[in-house]
Amino acid sequence: MTVPRGAIDCDIHPAVPSFAALMPYLDEYWREAVAMRGIDKLPLDITSYPAGAPLAGRPDWRPKTGAPGSDFEMLRAQALDGFGTRFAICNVLHGAQMLFQDDMAAAFCGAINEWIARELLDRDERLCASIVAPIQNVALAVAEIERRAADRRFVQVLVLSQADMPLGRRHYWPIYEAAERLGLPVGIHAGSMYRHAPSSAGWPSYYVEDYVAYAGGFENQLLSLIAEGVFAKFPKLKVVLIESGVTWLPAFFWRANKTWRGVRTDIPWVKRPPAEYVRDHVRLTIQPMDAPPSAAQLERVIEQIGSDDMLLFSTDYPHWQFDGEPALPAPLAGRLAEKILVENPLATYPRLEER
Amino acid sequence: MSTQVLDKRRVEPETRLAIIDCDIHPTMKSLSDLNPWLERRWQEHIVTYSEHMRQGLAKTLMHPRMQPAVSRGDAWPPTGGPPGSYLPFMQEQHLDPNGVQYGMLQTLRPNGNSQRNLDFGAALCTAANEWQMEVWTRKDRRLKGSILVGQEWPEAAAKEIARRAGNRDFVQVAMPPRADEPLGRRRYWPIYRAACEANLPIGLHVSGTNGHPSSGAGWPSYYIEEHHSNVQSMQGLVTSLVMEGVFEQFPTLKIVLIEGGFAWVPALTWRLDKHWARMRSEVPHVKRPPSEYIREHIWFTTQPIEEPEDPRHLIDLIDWIGEDRLLFSTDYPHWDFDDPHYVFKVPLDEARKQKIFRGNAQALYGLD
Repeated sequence: MTVPRGAIDCDIHPAVPSFAALMPYLDEYWREAVAMRGIDKLPLDITSYPAGAPLAGRPDWRPKTGAPGSDFEMLRAQALDGFGTRFAICNVLHGAQMLFQDDMAAAFCGAINEWIARELLDRDERLCASIVAPIQNVALAVAEIERRAADRRFVQVLVLSQADMPLGRRHYWPIYEAAERLGLPVGIHAGSMYRHAPSSAGWPSYYVEDYVAYAGGFENQLLSLIAEGVFAKFPKLKVVLIESGVTWLPAFFWRANKTWRGVRTDIPWVKRPPAEYVRDHVRLTIQPMDAPPSAAQLERVIEQIGSDDMLLFSTDYPHWQFDGEPALPAPLAGRLAEKILVENPLATYPRLEER
Repeated sequence: MSTQVLDKRRVEPETRLAIIDCDIHPTMKSLSDLNPWLERRWQEHIVTYSEHMRQGLAKTLMHPRMQPAVSRGDAWPPTGGPPGSYLPFMQEQHLDPNGVQYGMLQTLRPNGNSQRNLDFGAALCTAANEWQMEVWTRKDRRLKGSILVGQEWPEAAAKEIARRAGNRDFVQVAMPPRADEPLGRRRYWPIYRAACEANLPIGLHVSGTNGHPSSGAGWPSYYIEEHHSNVQSMQGLVTSLVMEGVFEQFPTLKIVLIEGGFAWVPALTWRLDKHWARMRSEVPHVKRPPSEYIREHIWFTTQPIEEPEDPRHLIDLIDWIGEDRLLFSTDYPHWDFDDPHYVFKVPLDEARKQKIFRGNAQALYGLD
């Protein structure tokens, strides 16, 4: 269905047009190092979203030159004016999130966040953003989160769905401590550092296989967060799964709940069935829905998810998940649509309420 | 999947359903059980070097399980030996009382298919196949073997399949979903060619030590995570078989996914169809929507059956996957055994029940 005016779009992707755009926001050491080493001339494209792939840019949302999402005026006209969006959350994906060199990753992520503030948020009040966190190094990530959190237009911490190790591991807990303390949900966006094959089946041949595998990877991350006790330790923490797909969730609940009953003595701090933690703490953006062929089936899946609070509206602009205007699949109409479009995003991102 | 043994009421014979159990685990007391079928060189190799795989612990799984021998507490034979190691006790405890008309053997140890030494792996597979015949299928005609092959040496695997072709002690080929590479890749195609020529389905039971972390996110800490990640192995496997064009190349190939659950199948299918439609230009050899290949070529065993919060949602699931693609399995003697009398928490109509408990397996494996 066509989206009514005033929706909150929880996933759009502006792109840093070139490394040159980041140079003003690097400190002197890194500006010099980058120039001397020619790093600003390196193509830091990410394997998770090849700019030319159909998914990465809807044909009518591609600028004449440059990567999809890199033309600010186009993004403003299409993603904001086009959908009548009240607020949109910018999730910037960049090669800095892949690097092995911790200090370089942190410096580049810092520059990206500064670029976001100056070149996106200052230019349109409807935009807000996620803090691009260099989670290669937890201490540096926490420092970046704390630095950026003072700017209330940053509403979330952004990490990729496939990093060095499962996100529930205690190694990462300082990030969750900071996020909870600062009132920031942790947004886990589809994407891989490619430290590991997309699944235990090994390295597939095709991009489409990698992309399909993200959904299963989100299952692994949810179970990691639950099993390690992240939600027991940080009861106010909210996690948003972004571009994760949605329809796999009921099957995850059914298996995880059952297995938990059998093995719960291994994780005694997990007091309730996994589905309950997910319904309390986890939200999902709706694009791509990965919907079944019939509306009746999708209605049934929504019923199986068993909560009206979990889904957040997103267009995933400029990614090509749907054609034309109907960003909201038809079965999500009525009262549920109001929740998805406005109420759930406001409840998830308390900083939006301040605007 | 309780850890205690309950004193269950025996179901009366007249209400019994004849079943085909598509996942039963026969067990060796030790690897030396294979000595009658191993060259002296390999017998000594076992003693000297043991198994050599891509993981830190040499002789056991990396995530310790919740029960000794991963088994039901009541499945230890009174005569000694591990659960699943003694046929008369298996008959008395499972095959007879549960009305098992046929039982499909899945031999999980030795890990011939995950050995880094390919010659050793192939020798283990061949010996374990002989062992299945001598110790099990020829002693109880209800039991049917699975031809273990080492997928990383496809030529040897194809030979092993060819030499057992036509031998009705075996009804399928067995490989692990976790191979060195996704199993759709071309290096494995000689195995599919041999299976099609022998007219045998390929059964993939959760297993395999390939060195890849059990999730794309990395190595998990807890067994609940490792257990769940079997689903992602199966998803990666299905994706690979479809996207590599295996079913275009081998139109008679039949695949059985064993102990990977099935609730995840519809959502994966929808996701595959959507993104295949978007990225078709990358995989022009995949001519039809992935859902069609899956519907035609892949079967799923039921255990460990997912349990929807509202049991009626299981009916949706069966409708969406296709009632002719589900094969009942118990996983005897393992801890998360599904009891045929209690497995479905929602009533199924008789015709559907008959198919899932018996008819589908009968047709797939060509059993009478």
